[in-house]
Amino acid sequence: MQENIDTIRAFIVSNFLFDTTETPLENDTSFLEQGIIDSTGVLELVEWLEETFSIKVADEELIPENLDSVHLLAQFVGRKTS
Amino acid sequence: MSGIAGYFNIQASPKGSLRCLEQMVWALRHRGPDGFGFYQDALTGLAHARLCTIDPETGWQPVCNEDRSVWVIADGEIFNHAALRTQLVQQGYRFAGHSDTEVLVHLYEEKGVDFLLELNGQYAIALYDARRQRLFLARDRMGICPLFYCRHQGRCYFGSEMKAVFSADPSLPRQIDSQVLHDIFTCWSPVGADTVFAGMRQLLPGHVVEVSAQGIGEQRPYWTLAYNSGPDCQGSVAELAEELRALLTDAVRLRVQADVPIGAYLSGGLDSSVIAALIRQCTKTPLQTFAVAFDDAVYDERQEQLRVSEYLQTEHERIVCSYADIARVFPEVIFHAETPIIRTAPAPMFLLSGLAREHGCPVVLSGEGSDEILGGYDLFKEAKVRAFISVQPDSACRAMLLKRLYPYLALSPTRSAGYARQFFATTVHPESDLFYAHQPRWKNGRFLTGFLSDSQTTDQYSSLEKIHAFMASSMQGQDFFTRAQSVESRLLLPNYLLSSQGDRMGMAHSVAGRYPFLDHRVVEFAARIPGRLKMKGLQEKYLLKRAVHGLLPAATVQRKKQPYMAPDIPSFFGTAVPPYVEHLLSPAYLSTTQLFKTAMVANLVEKCRAKSRQGFRENMALVGILSTQSLYDQFVENWRVECPASLEKTKKLIRM
Repeated sequence: MQENIDTIRAFIVSNFLFDTTETPLENDTSFLEQGIIDSTGVLELVEWLEETFSIKVADEELIPENLDSVHLLAQFVGRKTS
Repeated sequence: MSGIAGYFNIQASPKGSLRCLEQMVWALRHRGPDGFGFYQDALTGLAHARLCTIDPETGWQPVCNEDRSVWVIADGEIFNHAALRTQLVQQGYRFAGHSDTEVLVHLYEEKGVDFLLELNGQYAIALYDARRQRLFLARDRMGICPLFYCRHQGRCYFGSEMKAVFSADPSLPRQIDSQVLHDIFTCWSPVGADTVFAGMRQLLPGHVVEVSAQGIGEQRPYWTLAYNSGPDCQGSVAELAEELRALLTDAVRLRVQADVPIGAYLSGGLDSSVIAALIRQCTKTPLQTFAVAFDDAVYDERQEQLRVSEYLQTEHERIVCSYADIARVFPEVIFHAETPIIRTAPAPMFLLSGLAREHGCPVVLSGEGSDEILGGYDLFKEAKVRAFISVQPDSACRAMLLKRLYPYLALSPTRSAGYARQFFATTVHPESDLFYAHQPRWKNGRFLTGFLSDSQTTDQYSSLEKIHAFMASSMQGQDFFTRAQSVESRLLLPNYLLSSQGDRMGMAHSVAGRYPFLDHRVVEFAARIPGRLKMKGLQEKYLLKRAVHGLLPAATVQRKKQPYMAPDIPSFFGTAVPPYVEHLLSPAYLSTTQLFKTAMVANLVEKCRAKSRQGFRENMALVGILSTQSLYDQFVENWRVECPASLEKTKKLIRM
């Protein structure tokens, strides 16, 4: 779990925040509310999830409840890989 | 079209500055390659670079009245000049030549500055009244022709492009205005009369400004685009469609008059096809059409273009644009656009005007303006869907409606309905936000402004407040659809589409664009059509489609609108990254300009190099940063005034 959290954090920071020094990213920060990921970014995120964790994300799973923070993502990946 | 430039001594001591005028006009030679004309007295200097489209023998500017007390230079065309001339001749005025500009002088004598309301055209005018010691600068109603000015050391300098003004005097400041950069990164264009260069103003569309010993006056509107301000158009849908067709036909008829060949741009979409079809109806000469195709099939519309050109039997020319082409011309595009841009879409337009020029066509008609005035944009559709959902949140149609948006996008933001709901902020009521339709787009701007360096932004500054101050009062009482049209027509149309994509890209190759949809009679009529007839349900440009029935193949009329776009990041980060891109985005050059956060840009560049999937925002950020850096390189750091010792093509020189 912690390993996944670190991997996910690193990806979010380098791919969507670009700024590693100033923007604090808590594990519960909402990507949408903070404008970290927009709706096209979600697709980018999904591609990366599928590739990195060898999972398949269905269209109906593309909901903020699964993908909208580092924690939610880690839990989602956990469910998919268990 | 052509280029105009000049100065007015507000307080400066008069000095012989023909050289200053020569430098200014030389910077505009692409706008007017056929020859130059000058006027100079103790108070003022006027310079004109001419592109001959009418009266090639005697039409040299500046032109004056009989007693040489009123002098005019103008860029653009007055399409109703023949009718105006007839009236003026009847009133006893004498004409020396046949050009449209001469009409302006006598019309001013007859009516004062209100003469502008008589004009049907696209123009930027400088009129000097020597007797009253005043200079008037005026710009056409919709902002087709550009005009910039500033005050420096007691002088007012003006020009069709900022590079003309900068060429007047090396001591003129050329600094990038950080707040305007913030505005451009937020809402894709400067707001109001600002430009990205501090102290440089643009004259607003439909405005006039007076310069005298008292200084540069306030910009004053002589015409205002007012949506739904009067009663709606009366009549059945069929009658309104017929009226629209008649107006468009006449707008085209006026715009095909020229003493040079006329061509048309074909995008493959409805608007440019309508214009080409109407040209075919009102002329007998063969019509040349010009189109951009793309190597990348995502952007390519060549089949649709071919369908129209074959149907209308035009002589069709095409240029195929690759990623490398866009990267190759990009610095030149920025040199002409004189502003940061967040899309590469102007680059193919630059190539297209080159194609028209190569085929001997200095004037092209095209379909700009239709989306704004007749309800064509996806943004309008998106707003309608959001508004529907906000009032009926449990409607079963919701997911289906969201999927109907952006069907042409492989990377559709609506693939995920769960995200679309939040992204489109469907919980906001359309009447609770004056800028309801544009808010999701502008919110994305926060991502882009995040790249601006701290010294360039202040926490207190808000681009949205500036937009509010610029146009909120004119939008009160309008419905959200109409408000969205107002924003598109007053902000993006003049400040981006007609300038960065229109005038500047055409003029870069001495090609003048003419836009029948922006004939003010068409615009005023469209402003009185109720929104429900422009976009019926989610069918865009409903009334226009009715109006053009029978003119075009049914497939062209019924085809879903595809917005004109060009590849962004892949153009610069393909097989080889051009050296200038490496230089402009290098940490060293980023610290020279101090405009952006170096580490953040480095991360973005890394992502571009990795060629992974990129979102809209990354594409806009990369193009925005690269274009700003290029602007700094060409206009701030490495600006050079180049002008030969004497101008060979000087056709007219008046010194009083």
